[in-house]
Amino acid sequence: MSALIEFQDVCKTYEMGDTIVRAADHISMKINQGEFVAIVGQSGSGKSTCMNIIGCLDVPTSGNYLLDGRDVGKMNKNELAEIRNEKLGFIFQQYNLLAKLTLIENVEVPLMYAGVSRNERRERAKTVLEMVGLGGKTAHKPNQLSGGQQQRVSIARALVGEPAVILADEPTGALDSHTGREVLALLQKLHDAGNTVVLITHDNSIAVQAQRIIRLEDGRVVYDGDAHAPEAVVSPGAAGMRSAV
Amino acid sequence: MKLIESFQLALKNILGSKMRTLLTMLGIVIGITAVIVIVGIGNGMKNYMEAQFAELGTNTLTVSIRGRGSSRSVSVDQMYQLVEDNPQLLDEVSPTVSMSGTVKIGTDTSDSTSVTGVSEEYFDMRGYTISQGRGLQYVDVSARKRVCVIGTYLAQTYYDGNPVGQSIKIGQDKFTIVGVMTAQADDPEEGGTDDCIYLPYTTAARLSQTGTISSYLFTVTDEDQAADAKTLVENTLYKVFDDDSVYNVTSMAEMLDTMTQMINVVITVLAVIAAISLVVGGIGIMNIMLVSVTERTREIGIRKALGAKERYIMQQFVIEAATTSALGGIMGIVFGYVLCGVATVIIGQLSSESITVSPSMNSIILAVGVSAAIGIVFGYLPAKKAARLNPIDALRYD
Repeated sequence: MSALIEFQDVCKTYEMGDTIVRAADHISMKINQGEFVAIVGQSGSGKSTCMNIIGCLDVPTSGNYLLDGRDVGKMNKNELAEIRNEKLGFIFQQYNLLAKLTLIENVEVPLMYAGVSRNERRERAKTVLEMVGLGGKTAHKPNQLSGGQQQRVSIARALVGEPAVILADEPTGALDSHTGREVLALLQKLHDAGNTVVLITHDNSIAVQAQRIIRLEDGRVVYDGDAHAPEAVVSPGAAGMRSAV
Repeated sequence: MKLIESFQLALKNILGSKMRTLLTMLGIVIGITAVIVIVGIGNGMKNYMEAQFAELGTNTLTVSIRGRGSSRSVSVDQMYQLVEDNPQLLDEVSPTVSMSGTVKIGTDTSDSTSVTGVSEEYFDMRGYTISQGRGLQYVDVSARKRVCVIGTYLAQTYYDGNPVGQSIKIGQDKFTIVGVMTAQADDPEEGGTDDCIYLPYTTAARLSQTGTISSYLFTVTDEDQAADAKTLVENTLYKVFDDDSVYNVTSMAEMLDTMTQMINVVITVLAVIAAISLVVGGIGIMNIMLVSVTERTREIGIRKALGAKERYIMQQFVIEAATTSALGGIMGIVFGYVLCGVATVIIGQLSSESITVSPSMNSIILAVGVSAAIGIVFGYLPAKKAARLNPIDALRYD
């Protein structure tokens, strides 16, 4: 079985004035269909770069990134937009809902860019909103909802296009621990239903909700394996530092 | 993503901030209003001129000959022959002889009365009709009779409306009034078109002692071929005189054309000046769109992350700009129409002439087209900026 997401020796460098920053330094990894993976790292570890590349918002400086067998690095902007629309569902820390649109319109946006007809859009958006428990609030505006509810709308929006990968960037970062847990439970449910979920976080306690952890440090993979192994939550650079499991 | 959806999105955004949209549109509204009113005034002027010329007859050619000594001249018969030979261009001709004698009715004198010697066809050519008595006849002309037809003004002022059979003196010569022309103006006045005397041109030529007749009035068969008819007359005269500076042929239709052209030029210049405010309005739209792109950077980032291609973002902003501009155009048309109505009333009250200020359909279609085009042109740059935004930076923007 070929991997859904495959990094082959991926590098990403930025020029910051005179210095060259290596945000991704020869990263190689594979994520298979149906996995629930957490990419963990402190700020500056390269996890945002990693997420941008997985999310097809950015392309590697060198190396290959294959998404569902297709080489993303060689795509132009239009093809990147298409593949984002088709293959990826984004969940952001700040929810990133469009404030002027109602919830159902927000959820419809990806389908609109996919060229789905108005009626089908409405149907599908309604179904996913019901699934996340907001079926009764389709005509509300985002600012009428709590943070947790907004995040559920953004999950609905990520799901509506039936993407190959659900990419969650610090999905609980702006939520209190209780609603955070609810959101994580929802992600878990999606995984159980067969979706591939990639969770990006700096927080070990969140990361251990996943099956597998990929730990990044200074743009390199320092751990890749079972989320429940003790090494998974230990930063090798700071030996002995453990976070509560 | 369909165009109609971009349009709906644009309307939603435009209606979401009404005050801003209104202020943004103002430049376009003023520009379109100004263009429509100016074009409307121009149309009114043209229609007024056309009506005035139509009264004089746009189917006429006026020929005046200064002549070259006595060796070369054209005779009345030659002119009649010319009309007979060219029925497809020329319809009728009448010599016209202006006289300068003082007009005396009993003991009263009238200085303002125009006295002209014409042929019996003249009235028909001009479209004049006789209200009392008879017109001039062939026999009056051939026998050089001392008879005349007078205008309504003279008939009413000096003869209590009953002049036929009475006499009138021009210079030292006494004429018998045989007919009265139907009034041309609503209110016959001194020096106007109804203050006139027409007598046979043969009589007039003899009395004024002009040996040769030097002016003629032709009517053309077809108004559209007035220019050809004019050329024909000119060529004939050139053959006689071999010099094009000693005669002058004026076509009323041509004069009307010239006047119309002049008005058009003036209107175009004024409209272009008014259109400058359209450019200013366009820049206003561009400015607001640029602000809007900055404000909506995050939205653009989100849309791009969710799969919007550059051209969709572009389309969204261009359509928004074009819609704003076109809405301004429509408001401008409404205001333009209202102002045209107001201008018609004001002109009617300020002067005795009534000019109907009416914008043409063309100018309206043009106005909407231009305003939408301005939106597209000035919306392009901001839209391009929006479309080019890097989604990663745009998502991080707050």
